[in-house]
Parts: sequence; C-alpha cells; structure tokens
Amino acid sequence: MSFAVYLNVAVAGILTGLVYGLMALGLSVIFGVVRVVNFAHGEMMSMAMYVAVLLFAAFHLDPLIMLVPIAAVMFVFGYLLQASLINPFITRPEHSQFLLVVAIALIIVNTLLIIFGPDAQTIQTSYAYDSFQLGPEIVDASKAYAAAAAIVVTAALFAFFRFTLFGKAIRACADNYTGALVVGLDVKRFYALTFGIGAACVGAAGTMLALIVDVTPMLGPAYTLLAFVIVITGGLGSMAGALVGGVLIGLTEAIAGLLFTPSAKSMFSFGILVLVLLLRPQGILGKRSA
Amino acid sequence: MIARLADGAARRSLWLLAAVFAALVIAPWAVNDYLLTVMIVALYLAYTGQAWNIMMGFAGQLSLGNALYAGLGAYVAATLFTRYGVAPWLGLLAAIPVAVACAAIIGFLAFRFGVAGVYFAILTIAFAEFARVGFDHFDFVHASAGLFLPVAQYTHDDLWRLRGNPTMFYYVMLAATAFAFLLSRALLRGRIGYFWLAIREDEQAARAAGIDTFRCKMLALMISAAVTSFAGVFYAFFYNNLFPEQVFNISQSIEMILGPIIGGIGTLFGPVLGAFVLTGMAESVTSIMSALGFDLPGAKQVFYGICLLLVVVALPEGIWPPLARRFGIDKAKQ
Repeated sequence: MSFAVYLNVAVAGILTGLVYGLMALGLSVIFGVVRVVNFAHGEMMSMAMYVAVLLFAAFHLDPLIMLVPIAAVMFVFGYLLQASLINPFITRPEHSQFLLVVAIALIIVNTLLIIFGPDAQTIQTSYAYDSFQLGPEIVDASKAYAAAAAIVVTAALFAFFRFTLFGKAIRACADNYTGALVVGLDVKRFYALTFGIGAACVGAAGTMLALIVDVTPMLGPAYTLLAFVIVITGGLGSMAGALVGGVLIGLTEAIAGLLFTPSAKSMFSFGILVLVLLLRPQGILGKRSA
Repeated sequence: MIARLADGAARRSLWLLAAVFAALVIAPWAVNDYLLTVMIVALYLAYTGQAWNIMMGFAGQLSLGNALYAGLGAYVAATLFTRYGVAPWLGLLAAIPVAVACAAIIGFLAFRFGVAGVYFAILTIAFAEFARVGFDHFDFVHASAGLFLPVAQYTHDDLWRLRGNPTMFYYVMLAATAFAFLLSRALLRGRIGYFWLAIREDEQAARAAGIDTFRCKMLALMISAAVTSFAGVFYAFFYNNLFPEQVFNISQSIEMILGPIIGGIGTLFGPVLGAFVLTGMAESVTSIMSALGFDLPGAKQVFYGICLLLVVVALPEGIWPPLARRFGIDKAKQ
C-alpha cells in the first residue's frame, strides 16, 4: 500500500479521534469534579445518537444543526440524574457509587434495545459521500464537519472553565470540597451542573458520531470502555490529556483497522492502555500520584 | 455468657446450612425439568458469585471482568475435549493454570502501579473485552462462528466426561457450590482472611501493620480466577456451545456479581441467597412477560438493572445481613 493510503487513513483516524476526545472530555470533567466514575458514559452517548437518528428520520433535521439542542437535552438529563440519584451517593464508598452507575447503564442500554431493536440505524445526509481533496489527501466531509464541531465545543468548554465565574466555582468545588462549602458554594448544585456539562459534551460527541458510525444499542458499553481507555491513557483529570488520548486512540484504531481487520481494532486500544499502565501509569499528560 | 451466645449463633448457622443443603439435595425429585434448569442457573450464579466475593467481598478488589476466567476455562476445556478427547476434569487441570496466569498478569499490572478501586475494575473489563475480541478472531477455536461440543446421546450419565442428564449437572454444580462455600469459609477464618479484611477496610493501615498487601491481593485474585475457571468448564459442557460474544461479554461478568451484591457483599450466605433470589425473580418476570405475550430481548437486563439500583439505593449491605440479625446469626460475617 502506498504512503498516500496510510496518510488518508491516519487523517480520518485523527478526525474521529477529535470526536472521541470530546466524549472523553465529558468523562474527565465529571470525574475531575464530582469524583464519580460515570460508567454510563457511552450509554448516555448512545441516547444522544438515537435522538439524532430519530430527529433525522422523522423531520430530516441535520445532526449538525441539532448539535446544540441535543446537547441541551443531555445537559438536563445529566443535571437531573446527578441531582436525584447520584448526589445522595457522594459520601458512599467508591464501589457503591460505581454499582449505582452500572445499574443506570444497564437500564439505559437495554431500554434502547427494547425500543429500537438490535439492528443498526444510519443517518444518510446529503453530504454523506462528499469529500474534500487536498492534494493527494482525500478527507471525508462528514468526518471533517464532526471534527470541526468537536473542536468548537471543546474550545467553548475550555473558555467556560477558564474565564467564567461559574467555571471558576466548579473548579473550586473540584479542588477542595470543604473549602468550597466554607466560601458558601452550593456544592451539590455545582455537581449537578458539572454532570450536566459532562452529559452535554457526550451528547454533542454522540450527535457528531452518529454521522460517522452505524448506531446500535450495543455501542453504549463499547464507548464507555473506549472513553475510559482514552481518559486513563491521556491522564486522569487532565482536560488536555483527554483530547490527546482521544486523537491517539482514534489514530491507533484507524491504522489497526487498515493493517489487520476493523473488527479487531479495539484490541489495539486495550494494548495501548496496558502499555501506558506499564510505562507511565499516570497517563501521558497526568501528574504523578493523584 | 458471651461464649455461649456465640456458640448458639454458630449452631443456628450450622443448622440453617444443613437444612438448606438437604433441601437442595432432594430438590431434583420435587421439581420438573424447567425448574431444575433454573436451579442449575441459580447454582451457577451462586458459585461464580462466591468466587467473586473472595476478591471483592473479602479483599475489597472490585473486578468486573470475571467472565474472562470463566471464558478461558470454558475454551481451554472444550478445545481439549473436542480436539484431543481430553476429559473435562483433566481439562480443568489445564484451565485453572491458564486462568490463574491471566489473573496474575492483571494483578501484577494493577497492583504494582497502584491502579486501585474503579480503575482496577476498568482494567479487568478491558482484559475481558480484549479476550472477547481476540477469541472472535482466533480461528483455532472457530472464532466468532462458535465452538460446539458434540451433543451427547445420553443413555447413561457419564460423570467423567460430563455427558448426561440435567440432574447430573445439577449435582455437579451443587457439589461445586458447596465446595466454594466451604473454601470461602476456610479462607475467611484463616490467617489470609484477616489480612484481606484488613486490606479491604484500610489498605494503608494494613501495610503499616506489616501485611504484604501486594501478595495478599494477588492471592485473592488468583484464587478467585481458579474457582471461576471451573464455572467455565461447567458452562461449556452444560450448554455445549461457546461464542466469544457470549462467554466473554460484560453482561456475563455483571450477572456473576449481582448475586453477592443483592445477597450481601463479604458474607458467606449472601452470594447463595442473592443468586437464588435474583434468578427466581428474573425467571418469574420472564414467564409473566411471555404469558402476557411480550417477548422483549433486554427486558431481563432492564430488570437486573432495576434490581441492582434498588438494592444499592435501599439496602447497601444486601439482604442477608438484616436477615442474619433477625435469625440471631449475628456477626454478619457468617
């Protein structure tokens, strides 16, 4: 195979990886602030994907336009989930929280299975087969749009945490729970907001990903794992790490799919996870000992 | 006085144990084929739950990938049987080292580098998924097409080759469950049991007290894997077909842990009680649904999810500890 083929596949992998990065960012934000591992992350993403599929099938609404509304819906879902179910578990042992989220994940994925059945559904946009030509490089239009949207959302999120008072308050809650309480922050409300933001991230990522992949209920558990692989690879609690990890895993999957077989690509992501745990347990951009 | 009270509790728990075991021994005469199959499933979950409980309930290490050890056991024994005609009990001698070696690798990776808590859980899932995808492309065991065992023409029960009637499988699983129970009890009361509980409660304190936590955690993981691998061998010969998509699936791992969680993590009776309660309820729901004309794939899983949710929210210590207090078998560690 020629170099151009590899380059094409690599670019496609990086573009998908940017969307993965946005998904993992949601997980990283939730873990970094609420300290709960959201094991229903991929399942929440498949919810968003099905909303996108439904809206497209029923009203022909383009996922690129529906990005913000779907993210908003997922924000509300995340907020309510944290406020009602997860907040009472904040002081419970870690495994107890984890099992709670596993239960939620189990309910979501199988409810989707009951409603939509196991068959794959796709979104056939008018630009599904379009591509851009840049010299020898051919870029799939859907992937380019999805990656561009992911970059915009990520930039907005970084700006939110850095420059707004809300963002600062959330970072305060993350840095020191008691300290945040002492200065009068309603920590549980900020936790709910954070979970909502994480859910919105994954909602946006899911809407974009629905352009690229076939949607089935079983995507949920697979993407949950992928998000964890990315976050651990990139470095726990590091927002930039989530992006780097996402791109790295996207690239690996694409190359592995080319060299071997696409259905075996997740083995290589797990291989990277094991390598990272062996060589740099804190992750690529993580700080030593969390 | 205290000694006599403790004696009474111990005697009561022994009586309860004997009564439950006797009931399970005579059960095949009292139930039909369908119920017998359900009870085999319940015992299977009790057995695997007991194995998981050693890791999570005693040593506090949350594994969500125990399907890996069962799957490896199943594939090793089934491959030896179909290709070389090796009997399952000899196959087990090969299956156990494979599962234990795999557990040792996971444990080494995790415990060396302080991958603990939920990150350990994710590592165990990652390995199980790795195996699932790997076996899906492993042509020697027929990859995703599945591995089939020749279905027995059972004129008589062949215990050595595990070919026979459901009643034989029932007794095999009952014996295994009893073994797992007694093993757990012996481990929990031994020196290692105290080390594990110390690690579960506070690992740093345990290390400060001079416990080699790395070794103890490795041991918990490897024993759990060895016990679980037999469940896989049983699975292979009971169902006669193996698909990577099924045996290594994360839903298998989750089913294994629901029993002890519902029954009571860290208790001895909990996994058994939880497995029977869960299986009984799940089967009732399924039969009610099919009687009403619904046939929904996933309904059972939603039910499991709701059960797990309710138990975690309302009964964080499971259903056995409160019952134990009522029966006067206090000291929830029975």
